[in-house]
Amino acid sequence: MAEIRVQNLRKAFGDFVAVQDSNFVVEDGEFFVMLGPSGCGKTTTLRMIAGLELPTGGKILLGGEDVTMRRARERDIAFVFQLFALYPHMNVRKNIGFPLLAQGMPSAEIRQRVEETAKLLRIDHLLNKSVSGLAGGDRQRVALGRAIVRRPKCFLMDEPLGTLDTEFRDLMVHELRELHSRIHATTVYVTHDQMEAMSMADKIAVMNHGIIEQFGTPREIYDRPATMYVAEFIGSPPMNFLRFGGGLAKGAKEILVQGAKVTVPEVREDIAPADMALGIRPEHIRFDDASKLRGAIYGTEYLGTTQIVAVETADGIIKARVPAEIRLNSGEPVGLSLSSARLSLFEKGSGRAVKTAMYDKAAEARHG
Amino acid sequence: MSLTSAHSVVAPSANSKLVAGTIIVAYALISIVPLLWIFATSFKTPPDSIAYPPKIVFQPSIEGYCNLFTTRTRQTPEYINSLGPATGFCDETVRKRNMVIAGPSNFLPRFVNSLIIAFGSTFCAVFLGTLSAYGFSRFKVPLADDLLFFILSTRFMPPIAVAIPIYLMYRELGLSDTALGMILLYTAVNVSLAVWLLKGFIDEIPREYEEAAMIDGYTRLQAFWRTVLPQATTGIAATAIFCLIFAWNEYAFAALLTSGSAQTAPPFIPTIIGEGGQDWPAVAAGTTIFLVPILVFTILLRKQLLRGITFGAVRK
Repeated sequence: MAEIRVQNLRKAFGDFVAVQDSNFVVEDGEFFVMLGPSGCGKTTTLRMIAGLELPTGGKILLGGEDVTMRRARERDIAFVFQLFALYPHMNVRKNIGFPLLAQGMPSAEIRQRVEETAKLLRIDHLLNKSVSGLAGGDRQRVALGRAIVRRPKCFLMDEPLGTLDTEFRDLMVHELRELHSRIHATTVYVTHDQMEAMSMADKIAVMNHGIIEQFGTPREIYDRPATMYVAEFIGSPPMNFLRFGGGLAKGAKEILVQGAKVTVPEVREDIAPADMALGIRPEHIRFDDASKLRGAIYGTEYLGTTQIVAVETADGIIKARVPAEIRLNSGEPVGLSLSSARLSLFEKGSGRAVKTAMYDKAAEARHG
Repeated sequence: MSLTSAHSVVAPSANSKLVAGTIIVAYALISIVPLLWIFATSFKTPPDSIAYPPKIVFQPSIEGYCNLFTTRTRQTPEYINSLGPATGFCDETVRKRNMVIAGPSNFLPRFVNSLIIAFGSTFCAVFLGTLSAYGFSRFKVPLADDLLFFILSTRFMPPIAVAIPIYLMYRELGLSDTALGMILLYTAVNVSLAVWLLKGFIDEIPREYEEAAMIDGYTRLQAFWRTVLPQATTGIAATAIFCLIFAWNEYAFAALLTSGSAQTAPPFIPTIIGEGGQDWPAVAAGTTIFLVPILVFTILLRKQLLRGITFGAVRK
């Protein structure tokens, strides 16, 4: 196992820049997820780490070794493809043993290693079956088996659950996480599904248009989004934005939104007057008739323990997540109270988050 | 991969099955009758073969096959009687017509030439076609579209249109009447078909298979050999049949460029002359035997051929 260090990685296809100066470190044994919409460059980054694509610039270090220009087979990594790429002309046993065959391992040893791996993945009863008859989850397990049988430096997975049914997907998320905690393999996992990312990752990089918008733990990314893009991409429903104008002074603790004073975490920088946005997660909104921030109920979405309430305000629809017991009628006027400590402030132009007291801890943790 | 209901939502009705069956049987009859006629003629005696009205029921004889494989000379009855007892069925048959077997005919060597040239050129065309198709399918080849169009353009005219330049070239290069020359020629004609057919098949094989193999420690060539090739067998078999049928049946170039040692069966068979004209049973016997290899090859690969023909019609 090894750490992966990506430095100023860049990839251009003609005029199109797929990956722009990416920098991140995946620590040894970490489960790292690259999250983003399709076409954001996450798969290209993964393929460059694998050696299936050569970078236009930058460096990739695997366990301290520069492997940027090395061939895929010289990197000692394993790759799980979205379509699994199980060889249809081989049975399960041969599929799993295929990487070992390349190393010229004696067949008795291959047999043993394949059986160990199959047992680990609970597919030992399928070893002599043809891969074409397997169910989605089992195909996935065989693909994983082919990856772990060689004990490579790291695993790269390209949306490996993308083609599975929801039922299998939840099961496999659990299994993958469990497998990772057992073998502690450095893993880079690419997905566009935030639930997969949030539930499995130690670290997440949120990508958009070839740029890493934010790199951090799932908690950091959810609680303290670095950009409006991240705030909107993560969370279901996503973060709400309320417009407000004017500049911010260092030390400010209050802003004016739709005529209502809102207490926010202490601002740590001076911002020149510009269009700004106040970001608030649906679960940090409560209904409070005393609040000056007003709206009218537009609709509700019942989810069992909670409900998502859409509230029409002067600045468009705001979604709040409140306990399911509260009875609400369409059109009913409500006051909105926001949890001050959990508010994010953004510059609308750049989408960048304003430094506030909320980010202090994160900054300390990173630099300290 | 589901192949059901690709074209129709409901199963065909009994009526449409009946209509389809009738058309197929009618078409099969029309196509098979000439073949049956040839097959029947090969077992007729020379007089029966030209009898009018044609004989449907006749006494079968293998004289046609005897004549195909042998050369014979006419002798006086006295001389024939002076010979010992006939050594075989053929010997006996020809003696009844006052002839004796002088030696083997050229049919067998010509047939072997056909086998060597057809299978040799098929192998070369499929081999080159597979590698080129793989290259076009997987790599960024500069001017790939133009090159592919150029390869296809070699089929725009009938090959025989270039017969004279090829004839002159071959004479100059010493390739006339050689098996090598014919293999090169048929390969050149077939390779464009092979590249185009195989490119379609290889395009359908996801490149993840080779990428997976290359990550797992194989070289590209090994990955190609172990993952692409096994999955391309259908396409390769279908392509091989098309190439083989062309090379096996080709008449014009063979007639023009071969005369002796490299002559193939198609130009040879019509030259079989019997006594007092064409020896139709021998010609029919030659044709019958000539059909066998292609028949066997096609039956062996019929599944692949079917998929090859319908290829592209059914998607995963």
